[in-house]
Amino acid sequence: MKYMADIGLEVHVQLKTESKMFCGCSTSFGADPNTHVCPVCLGYPGAMPVMNGHAIQLTVTSGLMLGCEISNYSKFDRKSYFYPDMPKNYQISQYDKPLCLGGGVDIVVGGEQKRIGMTRIHLEEDVAKNIHFGDCSGIDFNRAGIPLMEIVSEPEMHRPEEAFAYLLALKRILQYADVSDCNLEEGNIRCDVNCSVRPEGSAELGTKAEIKNLNTFKGVLNSLKYEIDRQVEELESGGTIVQETRRWDADAGMTYSMRTKEYAHDYRYFPEPDLMPVVLEEHQVAELRDSLPELPAAKKARFVSEYGIPEYDAGVLSADRKVADFFEATARLCGKAKSASNMIMTEMMRLMGETEMDIDQVKITPEALAELVSLQEGRTINSNTAREIFAELFNNGGMPASIVEERGLGQVSDEGAIVEMVDKVIAENQKSVDDYKAGKEAALKFLIGQVMRHSKGKADPQLAASKLKERMGN
Amino acid sequence: MPELSIKTITELLTLLDKGDISSEDIVRDQLAAIASNDAELGAYIWSSEEDAILQAKEADRRRQSGDSAPLLGIPVAVKDVLNVKGQPCTCASRILEGYTAVYDATSIAKLRQAGAVMAGRTNMDEFAMGSTTENSAFKVTKNPADTSRVPGGSSGGSAAAVAGGEAVAALGTDTGGSIRQPASFCGCVGLKPSYGRVSRYGLTAFASSLDQIGPITKTVEDAALLLEAMAGGDPMDSTSLIEPVPAYADRLPDTLAGVKIGLPKEYLGDGLDPEVRAVIEESIKVCEEAGAELVEVSLPHTEYAIATYYVIATAEASANLARFDGVRYGARVAGADPIDMYCRTREAGFGPEVKRRVILGTYVLSSGYYDAYYLRAQKVRTLIRRDFEAAFKQCSVLLSPVTPAPAYKLGEKESDPLQMYLGDIFTVTANLAGICGISVPAGLTAEKLPVGVQFLGPALGEEAVLGAGHVFERAAGRQ
Repeated sequence: MKYMADIGLEVHVQLKTESKMFCGCSTSFGADPNTHVCPVCLGYPGAMPVMNGHAIQLTVTSGLMLGCEISNYSKFDRKSYFYPDMPKNYQISQYDKPLCLGGGVDIVVGGEQKRIGMTRIHLEEDVAKNIHFGDCSGIDFNRAGIPLMEIVSEPEMHRPEEAFAYLLALKRILQYADVSDCNLEEGNIRCDVNCSVRPEGSAELGTKAEIKNLNTFKGVLNSLKYEIDRQVEELESGGTIVQETRRWDADAGMTYSMRTKEYAHDYRYFPEPDLMPVVLEEHQVAELRDSLPELPAAKKARFVSEYGIPEYDAGVLSADRKVADFFEATARLCGKAKSASNMIMTEMMRLMGETEMDIDQVKITPEALAELVSLQEGRTINSNTAREIFAELFNNGGMPASIVEERGLGQVSDEGAIVEMVDKVIAENQKSVDDYKAGKEAALKFLIGQVMRHSKGKADPQLAASKLKERMGN
Repeated sequence: MPELSIKTITELLTLLDKGDISSEDIVRDQLAAIASNDAELGAYIWSSEEDAILQAKEADRRRQSGDSAPLLGIPVAVKDVLNVKGQPCTCASRILEGYTAVYDATSIAKLRQAGAVMAGRTNMDEFAMGSTTENSAFKVTKNPADTSRVPGGSSGGSAAAVAGGEAVAALGTDTGGSIRQPASFCGCVGLKPSYGRVSRYGLTAFASSLDQIGPITKTVEDAALLLEAMAGGDPMDSTSLIEPVPAYADRLPDTLAGVKIGLPKEYLGDGLDPEVRAVIEESIKVCEEAGAELVEVSLPHTEYAIATYYVIATAEASANLARFDGVRYGARVAGADPIDMYCRTREAGFGPEVKRRVILGTYVLSSGYYDAYYLRAQKVRTLIRRDFEAAFKQCSVLLSPVTPAPAYKLGEKESDPLQMYLGDIFTVTANLAGICGISVPAGLTAEKLPVGVQFLGPALGEEAVLGAGHVFERAAGRQ
């Protein structure tokens, strides 16, 4: 029998706010344990939550970017369960009245475009972090209370690759909206994965397993591959799937059962009496809608029409908002969009890949790149020199014109000097000259190369070519 | 015999203003009263001479430098459920033994600003759950009017301290009657403000949608002074009301002429102790003589109030008390793993009434039961609120008994919690509806047990209930 999988994702995204969801403590990452804490986020007696309006705004912005319907009445609920990472032993979350409903994410897998529907987005507070030291454990409450947005998809993905593509697309949109840093190393995005299998053609979904707390996209991909195989094997060997929560062990490459449904928590949700409901007026939503950033697809189309760059270039550049912004700033400064695009798509992306750096970590600025493009276009430098200078700017910053001057990298465009070198090369390479005259075009390339060698790479290759042809009587 | 701690706030403020006494004199007198009487009365869980004198001296310094804060130098005893920085806050529970408050509740911060001295921690039913103060993990508090009887609860320590001359004034909290009932039992004034009138920030929550902080005092005017200092919106409590705070004490009337007082017929029916009924009937006459017009009103959903209250209060309590787990503060009993530690800590740390209510609250919120209990209770709560809205269209305040009977004997109701819950019938409705109410001493039984009368007003109707209480208090010749 052939089986198909049904996959749904719950993605937890840390929002980019200065302070926590219900108190004034800082959300910055990497501080000493338990230094960003107060009676509220430690669950002290008598402390009360106060809503962070910015977190509400960022969630609504995300909802608008993802095509959700924004609830004009929403509320918070208490979700009760005992665990040491939970200061109050209940989490303030949203149960039946989330901020955003519906929406979806477009993905492309194997050249095929597909829209993955979403159920909802709700807002909640993050929990603390348990740290284990062999014979004892500690709890760092710095993370407790950081605003966390939970994006729940419909079970509309059928292959692990679709889940992976969904996550990448979602991350891109959230970065576009600037609602989260989406930094996976800092745990900004964590996923719970729901997965079931059913015989192909069957209309009913199979019993699902939930894989909890995956913090890499690769982990989602690999755990799903494993889990789908496991469930199919189980069914094929005559077994049944039990509804349960599982844990992914990346080192072993396996999922393990954590608890079955009989031991599932009864969260005893009820409305949080310490907070008022969230009532969003139409004009408040409209204001947020008006200030939305351009979506990736719209930006791509605009790059083609406004800058006249090929569709392929526009697609690559608009994939990351920061790259797109970098391109646009450079193109505006130098007026040479295609050259700017070429530099970013080749040199910039290659170096970023090699150094594993993000575009906001690199030293080169749009101003510097614009100048570099102009220098090359004005033939002050040739393309080899341009690449060399790009690497310098990428690693150390600075402005290209001064680097060219300091190092004497200016292209030799002086006709007299070039002619002198051309004559010398012709005299030294009679055989190639004969080949060229006999119609071998490749010989010209060799001769140009020789001129470049004589000039230590600084000759203007176009000028060298025309002078070579001229002196060889063509 | 104490001379100063038996006085009212207004009397003491006059003496302080004249320079006849200092705050230190008052506090020393109060400490002496505690030292001589409290072994018998058991009103306080904790008091510190060093801490109180330090605050009193600071108040005296402020006064000398020309500060005229409204409560400058007045000691206030605080129910052990409110956080006062640097003082213990046990909620009369073993589970918070050893816990020292790390911040001031907003109400406390406001009182400090008004110059009050935080003079000690009063006994209470554990986590404010009870009507007799017998649920304290630490001690029994006795009724100063008859030491074989309970002071009421849960703010029994505060009421006993004020009535017994061990406190000038005190703070209590009222979730279902916990200020008004002990005030009635002990013979003092107890005010439950409207929900949200006083910030709850720093009040260890029992039932968040019902809890309110209020004063327990010797006179209505003293209650008005304390309310004025504590009331107002608070950015730390989203449920607090931002409406401006009137000068309650300055605006107390001297007549009830033109005031319509409603008499809810459901509160004056069967089941009322005959002596309590007699005091209430006499109170109605006093109000009429003071100029009030009386109208009969109906609160038809009263019979569902107790059930509704115990569903909502226990549900919220089950979540509110979940934080007491031994992880971050308070008592801890070691266990094999975290869950085992929680079980052992909570088993040892909570008393039987708290356990009973946490279990009840957990049950009513459980999957499959939520709609039948919690959701239904919230719907009935809306009906009860509407009852009051309709009644307040016909009158400005309601008059009713506070409790069906005077103070019980110690131990009398301990074995029958349901019977004890039913004693809350006239007080829980105000919490469910979010309205305000005051208990004012109205008379004595043949055994000289105090009986209070309750005036209820609409949300933010504190002026009306304080006004009615003040005129009644004078007309009844008690002031």
